[in-house]
Amino acid sequence: MQDTGYQQHFEPIAARRPPSNETGAMAWVYRSLFDGPFNSFLTVLFLALLAWAIPPIFNWTVWYAVPDADNAACRAAHGLGACWGVVAEKGRLILFGRYPFEEQWRPLVASSALVALLIVSCLRTFWRPALVGAWVLVYAFFFALMQGGFAGLTLVETERWGGLPLTLLLASVSLVVAFPLAILLALGRQSDLPAIRTLCVVFVEFVRGVPLISVLFMASFILPLFMPQGTKIDVLVRVLIGMTLFTAAYLAEVIRGGLQALPKGQVEAAHSLGLSYWQIQRMIVLPQALRLVVPAIVNTFIGAFKDTSLVTIVSLYDLTGAVQLALGDADWRMFFIEGQLFVAAIYFIACFAMSRYSQWLESHLNTGTRRQ
Amino acid sequence: MSAPPPPKRQWSWRSQAFRGLVYQILAIVGLALAVTYLMSNTFANMRTRGIQSGFDFFLQPAGFAIGESLFEFDSSQNYLVAYWVGLSNTLRVALVGLVMSTVLGTLVAIGRLSKNTLVKALCSSYVELTRNVPLLLQLFMWYFAMTELLPSIESPLKPLAGVFFSKNGLQYPLPVWEAGHWGTLLGLCVGLVAWKFWAKRVRQQFEATGIAKSSFLPGLGLFLLSGVVGWLLGGAPSEFEIPEVTEISVVGGGSVTPEYLTLLIGLTVYTSGYIAEVVRAGIQSVSFGQHEAAVALGLKRTQELRLIQLPQAMRVIIPPLTSQYLNLIKNSSLAVAVGYPDLVSISSTALNQTGRAIECIALVMLIYLSLSLITSACMNVYNRRVRIKDR
Repeated sequence: MQDTGYQQHFEPIAARRPPSNETGAMAWVYRSLFDGPFNSFLTVLFLALLAWAIPPIFNWTVWYAVPDADNAACRAAHGLGACWGVVAEKGRLILFGRYPFEEQWRPLVASSALVALLIVSCLRTFWRPALVGAWVLVYAFFFALMQGGFAGLTLVETERWGGLPLTLLLASVSLVVAFPLAILLALGRQSDLPAIRTLCVVFVEFVRGVPLISVLFMASFILPLFMPQGTKIDVLVRVLIGMTLFTAAYLAEVIRGGLQALPKGQVEAAHSLGLSYWQIQRMIVLPQALRLVVPAIVNTFIGAFKDTSLVTIVSLYDLTGAVQLALGDADWRMFFIEGQLFVAAIYFIACFAMSRYSQWLESHLNTGTRRQ
Repeated sequence: MSAPPPPKRQWSWRSQAFRGLVYQILAIVGLALAVTYLMSNTFANMRTRGIQSGFDFFLQPAGFAIGESLFEFDSSQNYLVAYWVGLSNTLRVALVGLVMSTVLGTLVAIGRLSKNTLVKALCSSYVELTRNVPLLLQLFMWYFAMTELLPSIESPLKPLAGVFFSKNGLQYPLPVWEAGHWGTLLGLCVGLVAWKFWAKRVRQQFEATGIAKSSFLPGLGLFLLSGVVGWLLGGAPSEFEIPEVTEISVVGGGSVTPEYLTLLIGLTVYTSGYIAEVVRAGIQSVSFGQHEAAVALGLKRTQELRLIQLPQAMRVIIPPLTSQYLNLIKNSSLAVAVGYPDLVSISSTALNQTGRAIECIALVMLIYLSLSLITSACMNVYNRRVRIKDR
């Protein structure tokens, strides 16, 4: 190598700016909205659609809307603007159903506790055995407070429970109680014992093959006949049994998916260590399989949450039923759609949040085991 | 689970096979005991409450009228016929719903994958809105819109000439059946056969020479053309029965009730949100390398879609699509909430009249189970056609 006598420095030239038609707002508009004739056509079409739809919707929901519970003003604005006053007027009836009016702090406290626990259960820091204890405690608290009949609280029959607390109760109980049952069903379906396997397959496929509404009809018409003579079974309990069995079948299939995704070597290794069947399931199989399907379990919960609306048909007034009940009043009957939109917004916020949570879980939960 | 060790015929608790046998016997005996207990309770309860049992009531006159049905039904006909009307109503809404939600769902899925930001945002919000609100609430809202917000029958909406849309449902013109229509049908049949032949010829030519010709559009052209020729040969019957507005109702033509429309629109909108997600996941599951390879081979965009992407996406789409179809069929039972006389609502009327809960509910469950099994079987046949052919 020859010394040239002077040191050569490498001086990078500053990068040139991209051409002006590649950056900035106009370029983005061009690229994403007017890229080719077909895309431009679609953009214009959809813009026209929005221009046609948005002004009336805005006028109805905001501009001409009546925000307070003034029946005369609402009637005057009928057809022009929404009557959000119906929410102020009937909100408590919608949220708590036929629960006695002056006692409605009880469902409020009870459902706040349940919602708080649901949120806590979503955080991974709290995924530990004590959480099960917390659920048992909160359910006991929920039932005691809602039912009353002690310490100066008046007794409120379960027929009068309604609205949001009922929706939360039905959805969460049907999932929590269904969970152990679903694990047993999923394990049974994978079992080597033909009789057990057949029983589980028949149960799961039968329940998945019929509509929930027929299961609810069965719970409300046939279940009372199954009871020994003289005993009465509460309508809420009957519906809970029906919904639990229904959810269990769907959950069992979700869990089976996790079981099947587990490599066979795990079980073989456990066998060679001399673990028994239940030890293998408890210590090796289930922890891994369940972790794989947590997002799918959240999705099942969303389904159960929406399915609770069907109890309206067997005359329990959950959120959907309560709004139908609340707006039966002749004065407010014409503002049905406002009440329904209010309830739809509650469902939407809850389900949307949960589905985002399940997507977040999916990307954070199995980072260690997922194939890249 | 694990492979069991070689079974030893050993009547001892240490043998796994023996333990397995004992567990199974225990499970079956336990189940049998539970069933016997419940049955004896049931019979005792039925005796004390004076509930009769048996399926004999099916042949008794139903005694109630049904709002709408594909064929004539009057209340003197028996329960079996009433159930049959219910089943036909269920199928009528479910089949149309399946087709419509598949088409709408696919369009929305394609929209969600579009480069166009506006289209993408609108399609995404459609999916989120339809999926996150319970179907029953959506049905109630549609029903309210259908029965309260639409104009009354005196001043119906007329989206097209001869089409009336009002609180009384939708009325539309219907071609009058004449002998000449047999010609059209015959022409369409001939066209179908010609299409098959054309497709076969194109395939043979492709295999022999490697020159690929389109078989879909010319085939469709043949099909339609021979239909038109048949129609002309049949004397071109073109009489339509056009609905007319009278003082209180619309008479003539075809019509569907607001209940049917509510259920159809509700089911279609709800299910299409789910189908859109299924289709989107399927399309996205085809790896980008497939697209690059197709471009490298010089395939056109349409060819790439038809030959490379769609067949691979279908494999991912079919199983979840099947379960969405099953959901739609089962969800059609929500008809009872809007008063559409489907299977469940007929059955619950029958239940209230006769008090035979077990028979009525069992029959409904049996029918839905059969519908589910038939749907799965059809979809499995299709799935077998599209899945990877292993050698």
